[in-house]
Amino acid sequence: MGRRVKITLLLAPALLVVSVLFAGGLSAAVVQSLGYLPAIGRTEVSLDAYREVLGSRDFLDSLLLTVYVAGASTGISTVLAVLSALALRNSAGRLSAAIFQLPVTIPHLVAAVGIALVVSQTGLGARVAAALGLIGEPSEFPALLFDRHSIGIILTYVWKEVPFITLVALAALRGVAAELEEVAQTLGANRWQRFWYVVFPVIAPGVVAASLIVFAFTFGAFEVPYLLGQTYPTILPVMAYNEYRSIDLSSRPAAMAINVLIALITALFAAAYLRLGRGLGRG
Amino acid sequence: MDRKNRRRGNLGLAVAALLVALPFLPLFLWSFAGEWRFPALLPTGWSLRGFQALAEPGSRVIEATINSLVVGGAATAASVAVGLPAGMALGRYEFRLKGLVVFFVLLPILVPPLASTMGVHLTFIRLGLADTAFGVFLVHLVPTVPYTTVILASVFAERGVELEEAARTLGATPWQAFLRVTLPGVAPGVAVAALFAFLVSWSQYILTVLIGGGNVITLPMLLFSAARGSDPVLTSVLALIFVLPAILALVAALRFLKAGDAKKKQEGLLGLGKVS
Repeated sequence: MGRRVKITLLLAPALLVVSVLFAGGLSAAVVQSLGYLPAIGRTEVSLDAYREVLGSRDFLDSLLLTVYVAGASTGISTVLAVLSALALRNSAGRLSAAIFQLPVTIPHLVAAVGIALVVSQTGLGARVAAALGLIGEPSEFPALLFDRHSIGIILTYVWKEVPFITLVALAALRGVAAELEEVAQTLGANRWQRFWYVVFPVIAPGVVAASLIVFAFTFGAFEVPYLLGQTYPTILPVMAYNEYRSIDLSSRPAAMAINVLIALITALFAAAYLRLGRGLGRG
Repeated sequence: MDRKNRRRGNLGLAVAALLVALPFLPLFLWSFAGEWRFPALLPTGWSLRGFQALAEPGSRVIEATINSLVVGGAATAASVAVGLPAGMALGRYEFRLKGLVVFFVLLPILVPPLASTMGVHLTFIRLGLADTAFGVFLVHLVPTVPYTTVILASVFAERGVELEEAARTLGATPWQAFLRVTLPGVAPGVAVAALFAFLVSWSQYILTVLIGGGNVITLPMLLFSAARGSDPVLTSVLALIFVLPAILALVAALRFLKAGDAKKKQEGLLGLGKVS
């Protein structure tokens, strides 16, 4: 059997699944976003849905919220993760792996429910505040769920993603960075110089790649904002879903147009992630 | 100096453990709470009301658990079966367009499967796959297959082909070499990939809602509607049941990770699991 034939055959099942169910689904979304829906007698193709979506106030609000939530979650997670990796580099390896692996493995839904029971106005945080005499009534505790600033959503993401990025940074730090840092110290570099010129360049590629994954994920994720988010504006995937569920089938092209835009934006991040991976030399 | 650093590191670790444990604290307390009014720091009465409610016939928890297990089991088996050959091709061989293939296979991890699933829904309705467990199983493959493929690709890349070639030199047929040498060698990696695929499928909410259309009830759907309701006891009990496989998988995965220097790579891979 020729080598090329063998590789093709080995790849065929996976490519078939991704092509039919994923790429096929996205293509169908594109077609429907263009207004082609024979099921309801619409066969003209136009960019009306995109014009409508991109020109609407709702979409703009939703896009801004999505960028804000994904950006804040990613930014906060990345900074906290680098700091905790630096703080924990000397701790017991296996123990830290176990502790950080836990949030990474826990489903987002459980994380959201747990965080909600901590930060709600009758939650654990409010009870501690009451015990300390800071508040008397639940309503005096700041509203952190279903709120304008999406604090509950961001807290859930931070709880989930800080450990993920920390693990990536720790893996880099425990490798070559420790030795290089010692050399730098011997050569007289101070703490800041050692961080900026030695440690940072070593952990940066992994941390940036992990942050890209986190941004793409939080940009397109549905569950946590659907559970803990406010009613308006909603995050883009929730907006697409609400449009999709609407009884009025004529709003379907708009729902699909939002989907296509989400897919395009997240695909850009995927490409950046892979490009970064290749630039670093695979394996 | 070094000891001081270590002590500081372990202190940091204790703080990290506390923060990680924090959301689980109310889940445990509420699960066994009988009465827990507002300013009380701890429940003032205890009960097993939540667990009893779930055991009642009307609760649908058993049905949902079975559905979650069946769909998850099937998605795991299928995505390992599909990911094993693909992982072998990507891990062992260099070929033209390999970068493109990797990008394509990885895409469903980063581009939300919700978008493609809404697109495919109409076709599923036409084919009679909507509102069926089989249809739900099919869309769960979209997020699971990329994971098994990527995990197994790195497993194959790490192993090399020397042992298999030696077996061939000693007269084994390609099939014998694969079955007796390659497969046992990658078995731990296959187990990790399977755990992953199962957890990813187990955690799916919106894909199941869309394609299952309320006909195929799974555990995350029950948890979701409980969380939107006003009974923290029921919500917490469901959350604990729902999280159980993840905890078990974690314990199992950490055991695998004890082995040698595959560790670092596996840590990174496990990290990918968050995108579920």
